[in-house]
Amino acid sequence: MSVLEVKNVSYIYGPKTPFRKVAVDDVSFSIEEGECVGLIGHTGSGKSTLIQQLNGLLRPTSGTVLLHGKDIWEQPKKIRSVRFQVGMVFQYPEYQLFEETVFKDIAFGPKNQKLSEPEIGERVMAAADFVGMDRNLLEKSPFELSGGEKRRAAIAGVIAMDPDVLILDEPTAGLDPMGRDMILGQIMEYHKKRRNTIVLVSHSMEDIAETADRILVMNQGKVAMFDQPAQVFAQGQELQAMGLQVPQVTRIMTMLREKGYPVPSGVFTLRQAVEALLPLLQKKGEGASHG
Amino acid sequence: MEYLHTENVTFSYPADEGELAVPVLDGVSLDIQKGDFVALLGHNGSGKSTLAKHFNALLLPSGGTVYVDAIDTRDEKRIFEIRRQVGLVQQNPDNQLVASIVEEDVAFGPENIGVPSAEIRQRVDNALKAVDMYEYREHAPHKLSGGQKQRIAIAGIIAMEPNCIVLDEPTAMLDPRGRQEVLETIWKLNREKGITIVLITHYMEEAAMANRVVVMDHGKVLLDGTPRQVFSQVDLLKKHRLDVPQATELMDLLRKEGCPFPEDVLTVEECVDVLECLLKET
Repeated sequence: MSVLEVKNVSYIYGPKTPFRKVAVDDVSFSIEEGECVGLIGHTGSGKSTLIQQLNGLLRPTSGTVLLHGKDIWEQPKKIRSVRFQVGMVFQYPEYQLFEETVFKDIAFGPKNQKLSEPEIGERVMAAADFVGMDRNLLEKSPFELSGGEKRRAAIAGVIAMDPDVLILDEPTAGLDPMGRDMILGQIMEYHKKRRNTIVLVSHSMEDIAETADRILVMNQGKVAMFDQPAQVFAQGQELQAMGLQVPQVTRIMTMLREKGYPVPSGVFTLRQAVEALLPLLQKKGEGASHG
Repeated sequence: MEYLHTENVTFSYPADEGELAVPVLDGVSLDIQKGDFVALLGHNGSGKSTLAKHFNALLLPSGGTVYVDAIDTRDEKRIFEIRRQVGLVQQNPDNQLVASIVEEDVAFGPENIGVPSAEIRQRVDNALKAVDMYEYREHAPHKLSGGQKQRIAIAGIIAMEPNCIVLDEPTAMLDPRGRQEVLETIWKLNREKGITIVLITHYMEEAAMANRVVVMDHGKVLLDGTPRQVFSQVDLLKKHRLDVPQATELMDLLRKEGCPFPEDVLTVEECVDVLECLLKET
Protein backbone atom coordinates (compact mmCIF):
# COMPACT_ATOMS: atom_id res chain seq x y z
CA MET A 1 0.00 0.00 0.00
CA SER A 2 1.28 3.47 -0.71
CA VAL A 3 2.12 5.56 2.30
CA LEU A 4 2.66 8.78 0.36
CA GLU A 5 0.95 9.70 -2.85
CA VAL A 6 1.79 12.83 -4.79
CA LYS A 7 -0.84 13.79 -7.36
CA ASN A 8 -0.23 16.48 -9.99
CA VAL A 9 1.70 18.63 -7.56
CA SER A 10 3.15 21.94 -8.76
CA TYR A 11 4.93 24.55 -6.72
CA ILE A 12 5.54 28.07 -7.94
CA TYR A 13 7.77 30.55 -6.11
CA GLY A 14 6.73 34.22 -6.40
CA PRO A 15 3.60 33.72 -8.50
CA LYS A 16 2.33 36.98 -10.01
CA THR A 17 5.78 38.58 -9.68
CA PRO A 18 8.52 39.05 -12.29
CA PHE A 19 10.53 36.40 -10.39
CA ARG A 20 7.89 33.68 -10.87
CA LYS A 21 9.61 30.32 -10.90
CA VAL A 22 8.05 26.91 -11.32
CA ALA A 23 10.13 24.74 -8.98
CA VAL A 24 7.98 21.61 -9.13
CA ASP A 25 6.02 21.04 -12.31
CA ASP A 26 2.98 18.74 -12.26
CA VAL A 27 4.62 15.83 -10.47
CA SER A 28 2.88 12.55 -9.64
CA PHE A 29 4.27 9.41 -7.99
CA SER A 30 3.65 7.20 -4.99
CA ILE A 31 5.91 5.70 -2.36
CA GLU A 32 5.08 2.28 -0.94
CA GLU A 33 5.07 1.48 2.75
CA GLY A 34 8.45 0.23 4.03
CA GLU A 35 10.33 1.32 0.94
CA CYS A 36 13.67 3.14 0.86
CA VAL A 37 13.60 5.73 -1.90
CA GLY A 38 16.74 7.54 -3.02
CA LEU A 39 16.08 11.04 -4.34
CA ILE A 40 18.66 12.55 -6.67
CA GLY A 41 18.81 15.63 -8.86
CA HIS A 42 21.21 18.52 -9.35
CA THR A 43 20.98 21.75 -7.33
CA GLY A 44 17.86 23.58 -8.46
CA SER A 45 16.13 20.47 -9.83
CA GLY A 46 13.30 20.93 -7.36
CA LYS A 47 14.07 18.15 -4.91
CA SER A 48 14.17 20.33 -1.76
CA THR A 49 10.91 22.04 -2.75
CA LEU A 50 9.42 18.61 -3.35
CA ILE A 51 10.37 17.10 0.02
CA GLN A 52 9.16 20.15 1.91
CA GLN A 53 5.72 19.49 0.46
CA LEU A 54 5.76 15.89 1.67
CA ASN A 55 5.48 16.97 5.31
CA GLY A 56 3.48 20.13 4.83
CA LEU A 57 6.27 22.67 5.29
CA LEU A 58 5.24 24.02 1.91
CA ARG A 59 1.72 23.86 0.53
CA PRO A 60 1.52 22.89 -3.15
CA THR A 61 0.38 25.67 -5.47
CA SER A 62 -1.79 22.99 -7.06
CA GLY A 63 -2.24 19.24 -6.68
CA THR A 64 -2.48 17.06 -3.58
CA VAL A 65 -0.22 15.12 -1.25
CA LEU A 66 -1.88 12.07 0.32
CA LEU A 67 -0.52 10.48 3.50
CA HIS A 68 -2.07 7.05 4.17
CA GLY A 69 -4.65 7.98 1.53
CA LYS A 70 -5.66 11.27 3.15
CA ASP A 71 -5.02 14.77 1.79
CA ILE A 72 -2.57 16.32 4.26
CA TRP A 73 -4.11 19.78 3.72
CA GLU A 74 -7.67 18.60 4.35
CA GLN A 75 -7.58 20.36 7.73
CA PRO A 76 -4.81 22.96 7.53
CA LYS A 77 -4.95 23.50 11.28
CA LYS A 78 -3.87 19.92 11.88
CA ILE A 79 -0.84 20.09 9.62
CA ARG A 80 1.41 19.75 12.67
CA SER A 81 0.34 16.15 13.16
CA VAL A 82 1.54 15.43 9.61
CA ARG A 83 4.97 16.69 10.58
CA PHE A 84 5.09 14.13 13.41
CA GLN A 85 4.27 11.35 10.97
CA VAL A 86 6.64 12.51 8.24
CA GLY A 87 9.90 13.39 9.99
CA MET A 88 12.44 15.57 8.23
CA VAL A 89 16.19 15.68 8.90
CA PHE A 90 17.54 18.77 7.18
CA GLN A 91 20.97 19.31 5.69
CA TYR A 92 23.62 19.97 8.33
CA PRO A 93 21.06 19.30 11.10
CA GLU A 94 23.73 19.80 13.77
CA TYR A 95 23.26 23.56 13.37
CA GLN A 96 19.75 23.15 14.72
CA LEU A 97 20.66 21.71 18.11
CA PHE A 98 19.70 24.22 20.76
CA GLU A 99 18.82 22.63 24.11
CA GLU A 100 20.95 22.54 27.27
CA THR A 101 21.51 18.80 27.06
CA VAL A 102 21.51 16.22 24.32
CA PHE A 103 18.68 14.42 26.13
CA LYS A 104 16.47 17.52 26.10
CA ASP A 105 17.26 18.15 22.48
CA ILE A 106 16.23 14.64 21.42
CA ALA A 107 13.16 14.90 23.69
CA PHE A 108 11.93 18.11 22.04
CA GLY A 109 9.87 16.36 19.36
CA PRO A 110 8.18 13.75 21.60
CA LYS A 111 7.45 16.51 24.14
CA ASN A 112 5.62 18.47 21.43
CA GLN A 113 3.70 15.30 20.66
CA LYS A 114 2.42 15.58 24.25
CA LEU A 115 3.74 12.18 25.34
CA SER A 116 4.07 11.32 29.03
CA GLU A 117 7.44 11.73 30.77
CA PRO A 118 8.19 7.97 30.91
CA GLU A 119 7.25 7.58 27.25
CA ILE A 120 9.51 10.49 26.31
CA GLY A 121 12.36 8.86 28.23
CA GLU A 122 11.86 5.59 26.38
CA ARG A 123 11.70 7.30 23.01
CA VAL A 124 14.91 9.23 23.69
CA MET A 125 16.79 6.10 24.76
CA ALA A 126 15.55 4.08 21.79
CA ALA A 127 16.44 6.88 19.37
CA ALA A 128 19.90 7.28 20.91
CA ASP A 129 20.47 3.54 20.52
CA PHE A 130 19.28 3.57 16.91
CA VAL A 131 21.84 6.18 15.89
CA GLY A 132 24.60 4.47 17.88
CA MET A 133 24.99 7.26 20.40
CA ASP A 134 26.73 6.58 23.69
CA ARG A 135 24.19 7.06 26.51
CA ASN A 136 26.84 8.85 28.57
CA LEU A 137 26.63 11.72 26.12
CA LEU A 138 22.95 12.37 26.82
CA GLU A 139 23.61 14.64 29.79
CA LYS A 140 26.25 16.69 27.98
CA SER A 141 25.61 19.95 26.18
CA PRO A 142 25.15 19.34 22.46
CA PHE A 143 27.90 21.87 21.86
CA GLU A 144 30.47 19.64 23.56
CA LEU A 145 29.95 16.89 20.99
CA SER A 146 32.11 16.25 17.95
CA GLY A 147 30.69 16.93 14.49
CA GLY A 148 29.69 13.32 13.85
CA GLU A 149 28.09 12.98 17.30
CA LYS A 150 26.13 16.21 16.79
CA ARG A 151 24.84 14.91 13.48
CA ARG A 152 23.70 11.71 15.20
CA ALA A 153 21.99 13.62 18.02
CA ALA A 154 20.08 15.68 15.46
CA ILE A 155 18.95 12.57 13.55
CA ALA A 156 17.93 10.95 16.86
CA GLY A 157 15.74 13.98 17.58
CA VAL A 158 13.63 13.21 14.52
CA ILE A 159 13.66 9.43 15.01
CA ALA A 160 12.38 10.00 18.58
CA MET A 161 9.07 11.20 17.11
CA ASP A 162 8.75 7.70 15.64
CA PRO A 163 7.68 8.94 12.21
CA ASP A 164 6.13 6.60 9.62
CA VAL A 165 8.17 8.29 6.94
CA LEU A 166 11.68 9.59 7.57
CA ILE A 167 13.11 12.07 5.07
CA LEU A 168 16.84 12.76 5.25
CA ASP A 169 18.39 15.57 3.20
CA GLU A 170 22.08 14.80 2.58
CA PRO A 171 22.67 13.10 5.95
CA THR A 172 26.31 12.28 5.16
CA ALA A 173 27.51 15.61 3.70
CA GLY A 174 30.84 16.68 5.18
CA LEU A 175 31.50 13.40 7.03
CA ASP A 176 34.63 11.33 6.50
CA PRO A 177 34.21 7.99 4.69
CA MET A 178 33.86 5.93 7.84
CA GLY A 179 31.47 8.42 9.45
CA ARG A 180 29.50 8.26 6.23
CA ASP A 181 29.31 4.45 6.31
CA MET A 182 28.38 4.44 10.00
CA ILE A 183 25.51 6.91 9.70
CA LEU A 184 24.16 5.21 6.59
CA GLY A 185 24.52 1.80 8.24
CA GLN A 186 22.60 2.96 11.30
CA ILE A 187 19.84 4.51 9.21
CA MET A 188 19.47 1.25 7.28
CA GLU A 189 19.53 -0.79 10.48
CA TYR A 190 16.76 1.42 11.88
CA HIS A 191 14.88 1.08 8.59
CA LYS A 192 15.09 -2.72 8.79
CA LYS A 193 13.94 -2.90 12.42
CA ARG A 194 11.19 -0.30 12.24
CA ARG A 195 10.14 -1.20 8.67
CA ASN A 196 9.25 2.42 8.13
CA THR A 197 9.59 4.36 4.90
CA ILE A 198 12.76 6.29 4.12
CA VAL A 199 13.38 9.03 1.60
CA LEU A 200 17.11 9.68 1.26
CA VAL A 201 18.27 12.76 -0.63
CA SER A 202 21.93 12.56 -1.65
CA HIS A 203 24.50 13.77 -4.14
CA SER A 204 26.51 10.62 -3.54
CA MET A 205 25.52 8.05 -6.14
CA GLU A 206 27.56 5.46 -4.25
CA ASP A 207 25.46 6.02 -1.09
CA ILE A 208 22.22 5.83 -3.05
CA ALA A 209 23.38 2.66 -4.82
CA GLU A 210 24.06 0.96 -1.48
CA THR A 211 20.74 1.81 0.14
CA ALA A 212 17.82 2.56 -2.18
CA ASP A 213 15.09 0.13 -3.30
CA ARG A 214 14.03 2.65 -5.91
CA ILE A 215 15.56 5.88 -7.15
CA LEU A 216 13.58 8.99 -7.98
CA VAL A 217 15.41 11.36 -10.31
CA MET A 218 14.27 14.99 -10.43
CA ASN A 219 15.19 17.23 -13.35
CA GLN A 220 13.86 20.71 -14.10
CA GLY A 221 10.99 20.33 -11.66
CA LYS A 222 9.79 17.02 -13.12
CA VAL A 223 10.26 13.35 -12.27
CA ALA A 224 12.73 12.19 -14.92
CA MET A 225 12.96 8.58 -13.69
CA PHE A 226 11.54 6.50 -10.84
CA ASP A 227 12.79 2.94 -10.96
CA GLN A 228 15.07 0.34 -9.40
CA PRO A 229 18.77 1.27 -9.15
CA ALA A 230 19.81 -1.18 -11.88
CA GLN A 231 17.41 0.43 -14.35
CA VAL A 232 18.27 4.01 -13.36
CA PHE A 233 22.05 3.55 -13.38
CA ALA A 234 21.83 1.78 -16.75
CA GLN A 235 21.02 5.22 -18.20
CA GLY A 236 24.39 6.80 -17.59
CA GLN A 237 24.27 9.22 -20.49
CA GLU A 238 20.83 10.54 -19.59
CA LEU A 239 21.94 11.04 -15.98
CA GLN A 240 25.09 12.83 -17.08
CA ALA A 241 23.03 15.18 -19.24
CA MET A 242 21.10 16.07 -16.07
CA GLY A 243 24.32 16.91 -14.22
CA LEU A 244 24.32 13.60 -12.36
CA GLN A 245 26.58 10.60 -12.42
CA VAL A 246 26.58 6.85 -12.01
CA PRO A 247 28.87 5.17 -9.44
CA GLN A 248 32.47 4.61 -10.62
CA VAL A 249 31.99 0.84 -10.62
CA THR A 250 28.99 1.18 -12.95
CA ARG A 251 31.12 3.25 -15.32
CA ILE A 252 33.80 0.54 -15.30
CA MET A 253 31.28 -2.18 -16.15
CA THR A 254 29.62 -0.08 -18.85
CA MET A 255 32.95 0.60 -20.53
CA LEU A 256 33.78 -3.12 -20.53
CA ARG A 257 30.40 -3.93 -22.05
CA GLU A 258 30.86 -1.30 -24.73
CA LYS A 259 34.15 -2.95 -25.63
CA GLY A 260 32.24 -6.16 -26.21
CA TYR A 261 32.96 -8.13 -23.02
CA PRO A 262 30.06 -10.23 -21.71
CA VAL A 263 29.66 -8.45 -18.36
CA PRO A 264 26.12 -8.04 -17.05
CA SER A 265 24.34 -4.66 -16.99
CA GLY A 266 22.76 -3.24 -13.86
CA VAL A 267 25.86 -3.48 -11.67
CA PHE A 268 26.07 -0.58 -9.23
CA THR A 269 27.86 -1.78 -6.07
CA LEU A 270 31.37 -3.14 -5.56
CA ARG A 271 30.02 -6.44 -4.28
CA GLN A 272 27.97 -6.95 -7.44
CA ALA A 273 30.95 -6.07 -9.62
CA VAL A 274 33.18 -8.62 -7.89
CA GLU A 275 30.49 -11.29 -8.22
CA ALA A 276 30.03 -10.50 -11.90
CA LEU A 277 33.71 -10.28 -12.78
CA LEU A 278 35.18 -13.17 -10.80
CA PRO A 279 33.65 -16.04 -12.83
CA LEU A 280 34.77 -14.39 -16.07
CA LEU A 281 38.29 -13.74 -14.80
CA GLN A 282 38.64 -17.20 -13.25
CA LYS A 283 37.48 -18.87 -16.43
CA LYS A 284 40.16 -17.00 -18.34
CA GLY A 285 42.72 -17.85 -15.67
CA GLU A 286 41.92 -21.56 -15.91
CA GLY A 287 41.94 -21.45 -19.69
CA ALA A 288 45.42 -19.98 -19.60
CA SER A 289 46.79 -22.49 -17.08
CA HIS A 290 45.50 -25.45 -19.06
CA GLY A 291 47.28 -24.21 -22.10
CA MET B 1 62.36 25.81 -2.97
CA GLU B 2 59.68 24.95 -0.42
CA TYR B 3 56.90 27.47 -0.30
CA LEU B 4 55.10 26.22 2.80
CA HIS B 5 57.32 24.79 5.48
CA THR B 6 56.27 23.50 8.89
CA GLU B 7 58.72 22.38 11.52
CA ASN B 8 57.49 20.09 14.27
CA VAL B 9 54.25 22.06 14.65
CA THR B 10 52.02 21.38 17.62
CA PHE B 11 48.69 23.00 18.34
CA SER B 12 46.01 22.69 21.03
CA TYR B 13 42.72 24.51 21.33
CA PRO B 14 42.23 26.08 24.77
CA ALA B 15 40.84 23.52 27.21
CA ASP B 16 38.06 23.95 29.77
CA GLU B 17 39.08 24.66 33.32
CA GLY B 18 40.57 21.64 35.01
CA GLU B 19 40.83 19.67 31.76
CA LEU B 20 43.94 18.85 29.83
CA ALA B 21 44.35 20.40 26.41
CA VAL B 22 44.38 17.69 23.75
CA PRO B 23 46.86 18.41 20.99
CA VAL B 24 45.17 18.63 17.58
CA LEU B 25 48.50 18.87 15.80
CA ASP B 26 51.23 16.73 17.24
CA GLY B 27 54.57 17.38 15.60
CA VAL B 28 53.80 18.08 11.94
CA SER B 29 56.79 18.65 9.68
CA LEU B 30 55.86 19.20 6.07
CA ASP B 31 57.30 20.91 3.01
CA ILE B 32 55.15 21.99 0.12
CA GLN B 33 56.88 23.18 -3.03
CA LYS B 34 55.87 26.21 -5.04
CA GLY B 35 53.39 25.24 -7.78
CA ASP B 36 52.57 21.86 -6.26
CA PHE B 37 49.07 20.39 -5.98
CA VAL B 38 48.69 18.63 -2.65
CA ALA B 39 45.58 16.82 -1.40
CA LEU B 40 45.22 16.66 2.36
CA LEU B 41 43.18 13.72 3.66
CA GLY B 42 42.21 12.54 7.10
CA HIS B 43 39.11 11.59 9.07
CA ASN B 44 37.03 14.20 10.91
CA GLY B 45 39.13 15.39 13.83
CA SER B 46 42.47 14.31 12.33
CA GLY B 47 43.75 17.89 12.38
CA LYS B 48 43.75 18.67 8.67
CA SER B 49 41.57 21.79 8.87
CA THR B 50 43.57 23.04 11.82
CA LEU B 51 46.74 22.59 9.81
CA ALA B 52 45.19 24.41 6.85
CA LYS B 53 44.45 27.43 9.05
CA HIS B 54 48.14 27.58 9.94
CA PHE B 55 49.05 28.16 6.31
CA ASN B 56 47.66 31.69 6.31
CA ALA B 57 48.21 32.56 9.95
CA LEU B 58 44.56 32.26 10.96
CA LEU B 59 46.01 30.04 13.66
CA LEU B 60 49.49 30.24 15.11
CA PRO B 61 51.33 27.14 16.30
CA SER B 62 51.52 26.38 20.04
CA GLY B 63 54.94 24.87 19.37
CA GLY B 64 57.22 24.62 16.34
CA THR B 65 57.24 27.01 13.40
CA VAL B 66 55.30 27.61 10.19
CA TYR B 67 56.96 29.45 7.32
CA VAL B 68 55.13 30.86 4.33
CA ASP B 69 57.57 31.83 1.62
CA ALA B 70 60.22 31.93 4.35
CA ILE B 71 58.18 34.29 6.55
CA ASP B 72 57.53 33.05 10.08
CA THR B 73 53.73 33.23 10.56
CA ARG B 74 54.26 34.53 14.11
CA ASP B 75 55.76 37.72 12.70
CA GLU B 76 52.80 40.03 13.38
CA LYS B 77 54.14 42.80 11.20
CA ARG B 78 54.01 40.59 8.14
CA ILE B 79 50.69 38.87 8.75
CA PHE B 80 48.89 40.75 5.97
CA GLU B 81 51.63 39.88 3.56
CA ILE B 82 51.04 36.21 4.39
CA ARG B 83 47.27 36.45 4.02
CA ARG B 84 47.64 38.17 0.68
CA GLN B 85 49.78 35.32 -0.52
CA VAL B 86 47.73 32.43 0.82
CA GLY B 87 43.97 32.47 0.28
CA LEU B 88 41.57 30.18 2.11
CA VAL B 89 38.34 28.80 0.59
CA GLN B 90 35.92 27.17 3.01
CA GLN B 91 33.24 24.53 2.76
CA ASN B 92 30.08 26.60 2.74
CA PRO B 93 29.94 29.17 -0.08
CA ASP B 94 27.09 31.03 1.65
CA ASN B 95 29.38 32.00 4.51
CA GLN B 96 31.98 33.54 2.22
CA LEU B 97 30.05 35.89 0.00
CA VAL B 98 29.64 39.44 1.28
CA ALA B 99 28.21 41.66 -1.46
CA SER B 100 24.91 41.65 -3.34
CA ILE B 101 26.50 41.75 -6.79
CA VAL B 102 29.08 39.24 -8.00
CA GLU B 103 31.72 41.72 -9.15
CA GLU B 104 31.49 43.72 -5.93
CA ASP B 105 32.02 40.56 -3.99
CA VAL B 106 35.16 39.73 -5.95
CA ALA B 107 36.40 43.34 -5.52
CA PHE B 108 36.05 43.19 -1.74
CA GLY B 109 39.52 41.73 -1.11
CA PRO B 110 41.56 43.99 -3.40
CA GLU B 111 39.65 47.05 -2.11
CA ASN B 112 40.59 46.14 1.42
CA ILE B 113 44.28 46.00 0.65
CA GLY B 114 44.18 49.37 -1.12
CA VAL B 115 44.61 48.37 -4.74
CA PRO B 116 44.00 51.42 -7.03
CA SER B 117 40.51 51.31 -8.53
CA ALA B 118 41.54 51.01 -12.18
CA GLU B 119 43.59 47.98 -11.27
CA ILE B 120 40.74 46.53 -9.21
CA ARG B 121 38.55 46.57 -12.33
CA GLN B 122 41.25 44.67 -14.20
CA ARG B 123 41.81 42.16 -11.42
CA VAL B 124 38.09 41.47 -10.95
CA ASP B 125 37.58 40.87 -14.66
CA ASN B 126 40.57 38.57 -14.86
CA ALA B 127 39.56 36.65 -11.75
CA LEU B 128 36.01 36.12 -13.02
CA LYS B 129 37.35 34.94 -16.36
CA ALA B 130 39.73 32.54 -14.62
CA VAL B 131 36.81 30.79 -12.90
CA ASP B 132 34.61 31.05 -15.98
CA MET B 133 32.02 33.30 -14.33
CA TYR B 134 32.59 36.55 -16.25
CA GLU B 135 29.10 36.60 -17.77
CA TYR B 136 27.65 36.47 -14.27
CA ARG B 137 29.51 39.57 -13.05
CA GLU B 138 26.33 41.61 -12.58
CA HIS B 139 24.25 38.81 -11.06
CA ALA B 140 23.24 38.44 -7.41
CA PRO B 141 25.43 35.78 -5.73
CA HIS B 142 22.58 34.30 -3.69
CA LYS B 143 20.72 33.32 -6.85
CA LEU B 144 23.61 31.24 -8.22
CA SER B 145 24.05 27.48 -7.83
CA GLY B 146 26.40 26.08 -5.18
CA GLY B 147 29.17 25.39 -7.70
CA GLN B 148 28.88 28.89 -9.12
CA LYS B 149 28.96 30.47 -5.65
CA GLN B 150 32.04 28.51 -4.75
CA ARG B 151 33.74 29.67 -7.96
CA ILE B 152 32.88 33.29 -7.02
CA ALA B 153 34.52 32.69 -3.62
CA ILE B 154 37.60 31.39 -5.45
CA ALA B 155 37.54 34.43 -7.78
CA GLY B 156 37.53 36.70 -4.71
CA ILE B 157 40.76 35.07 -3.67
CA ILE B 158 42.33 35.11 -7.13
CA ALA B 159 41.70 38.87 -7.26
CA MET B 160 44.16 39.15 -4.37
CA GLU B 161 46.76 37.57 -6.69
CA PRO B 162 47.82 34.87 -4.23
CA ASN B 163 50.64 32.40 -4.70
CA CYS B 164 48.75 29.69 -2.93
CA ILE B 165 45.11 28.70 -2.37
CA VAL B 166 44.10 26.41 0.48
CA LEU B 167 40.66 24.86 -0.01
CA ASP B 168 38.92 23.21 2.93
CA GLU B 169 36.37 20.74 1.52
CA PRO B 170 35.21 23.16 -1.18
CA THR B 171 32.94 20.58 -2.81
CA ALA B 172 31.29 18.99 0.24
CA MET B 173 27.99 20.79 -0.31
CA LEU B 174 27.88 20.60 -4.10
CA ASP B 175 26.12 18.32 -6.56
CA PRO B 176 28.20 16.26 -9.05
CA ARG B 177 28.18 18.97 -11.71
CA GLY B 178 29.11 21.69 -9.20
CA ARG B 179 31.97 19.51 -7.94
CA GLN B 180 33.22 19.04 -11.46
CA GLU B 181 33.15 22.81 -12.14
CA VAL B 182 35.08 23.64 -9.00
CA LEU B 183 37.67 20.90 -9.53
CA GLU B 184 38.30 21.93 -13.12
CA THR B 185 38.80 25.51 -11.94
CA ILE B 186 41.31 24.46 -9.29
CA TRP B 187 43.17 22.28 -11.75
CA LYS B 188 43.38 25.10 -14.30
CA LEU B 189 44.67 27.62 -11.74
CA ASN B 190 47.39 25.18 -10.78
CA ARG B 191 48.38 24.32 -14.36
CA GLU B 192 48.05 27.69 -16.04
CA LYS B 193 48.86 30.18 -13.30
CA GLY B 194 51.20 27.99 -11.28
CA ILE B 195 49.24 28.64 -8.09
CA THR B 196 50.16 26.26 -5.28
CA ILE B 197 47.08 24.26 -4.24
CA VAL B 198 46.33 22.56 -0.94
CA LEU B 199 43.02 20.71 -1.28
CA ILE B 200 41.33 19.18 1.74
CA THR B 201 38.72 16.63 0.74
CA HIS B 202 36.81 13.51 1.75
CA TYR B 203 36.35 12.48 -1.87
CA MET B 204 39.10 10.07 -2.82
CA GLU B 205 38.50 10.60 -6.55
CA GLU B 206 39.37 14.28 -6.04
CA ALA B 207 42.55 13.47 -4.13
CA ALA B 208 43.58 11.13 -6.95
CA MET B 209 44.03 14.12 -9.28
CA ALA B 210 46.65 15.82 -7.06
CA ASN B 211 50.41 15.47 -7.53
CA ARG B 212 50.83 14.49 -3.94
CA VAL B 213 48.60 13.13 -1.17
CA VAL B 214 49.24 13.73 2.52
CA VAL B 215 47.17 11.71 4.99
CA MET B 216 46.76 13.07 8.51
CA ASP B 217 45.83 11.00 11.54
CA HIS B 218 45.70 12.08 15.18
CA GLY B 219 47.51 15.30 14.42
CA LYS B 220 50.40 13.57 12.67
CA VAL B 221 51.32 12.86 9.08
CA LEU B 222 50.47 9.20 8.49
CA LEU B 223 51.23 8.83 4.78
CA ASP B 224 52.83 11.13 2.24
CA GLY B 225 53.41 10.30 -1.40
CA THR B 226 51.97 10.28 -4.90
CA PRO B 227 48.31 9.26 -5.20
CA ARG B 228 49.48 5.88 -6.52
CA GLN B 229 51.75 5.24 -3.55
CA VAL B 230 49.17 6.33 -1.00
CA PHE B 231 46.07 4.66 -2.44
CA SER B 232 47.86 1.34 -2.91
CA GLN B 233 47.65 1.00 0.90
CA VAL B 234 43.98 0.09 0.91
CA ASP B 235 43.92 -1.73 4.26
CA LEU B 236 45.91 0.91 6.12
CA LEU B 237 43.66 3.70 4.83
CA LYS B 238 40.51 1.78 5.78
CA LYS B 239 41.90 1.23 9.25
CA HIS B 240 42.18 5.02 9.59
CA ARG B 241 38.57 5.69 8.63
CA LEU B 242 39.45 6.58 5.06
CA ASP B 243 38.61 5.17 1.70
CA VAL B 244 40.15 4.67 -1.73
CA PRO B 245 38.60 5.42 -5.13
CA GLN B 246 36.09 2.72 -6.13
CA ALA B 247 38.28 1.69 -9.07
CA THR B 248 41.19 1.06 -6.67
CA GLU B 249 38.96 -0.83 -4.27
CA LEU B 250 37.54 -3.05 -7.01
CA MET B 251 41.10 -4.01 -7.99
CA ASP B 252 41.93 -4.71 -4.36
CA LEU B 253 38.87 -6.94 -3.83
CA LEU B 254 39.62 -8.93 -6.99
CA ARG B 255 43.29 -9.20 -6.03
CA LYS B 256 42.24 -10.72 -2.70
CA GLU B 257 40.35 -13.34 -4.73
CA GLY B 258 43.60 -14.22 -6.47
CA CYS B 259 43.56 -12.04 -9.58
CA PRO B 260 47.02 -10.77 -10.54
CA PHE B 261 46.25 -7.03 -10.56
CA PRO B 262 48.62 -4.15 -9.78
CA GLU B 263 48.12 -2.18 -6.55
CA ASP B 264 48.33 1.29 -8.00
CA VAL B 265 45.24 1.58 -10.18
CA LEU B 266 43.56 4.96 -9.64
CA THR B 267 41.07 5.78 -12.37
CA VAL B 268 38.15 4.17 -14.17
CA GLU B 269 40.13 4.07 -17.42
CA GLU B 270 43.14 2.33 -15.85
CA CYS B 271 40.87 -0.18 -14.17
CA VAL B 272 39.16 -0.99 -17.48
CA ASP B 273 42.57 -1.43 -19.14
CA VAL B 274 43.74 -3.86 -16.48
CA LEU B 275 40.52 -5.88 -16.61
CA GLU B 276 40.63 -5.90 -20.38
CA CYS B 277 44.16 -7.33 -20.42
CA LEU B 278 43.05 -10.34 -18.39
CA LEU B 279 39.69 -10.80 -20.12
CA LYS B 280 41.33 -10.66 -23.54
CA GLU B 281 43.87 -13.35 -22.65
CA THR B 282 43.03 -16.65 -24.22
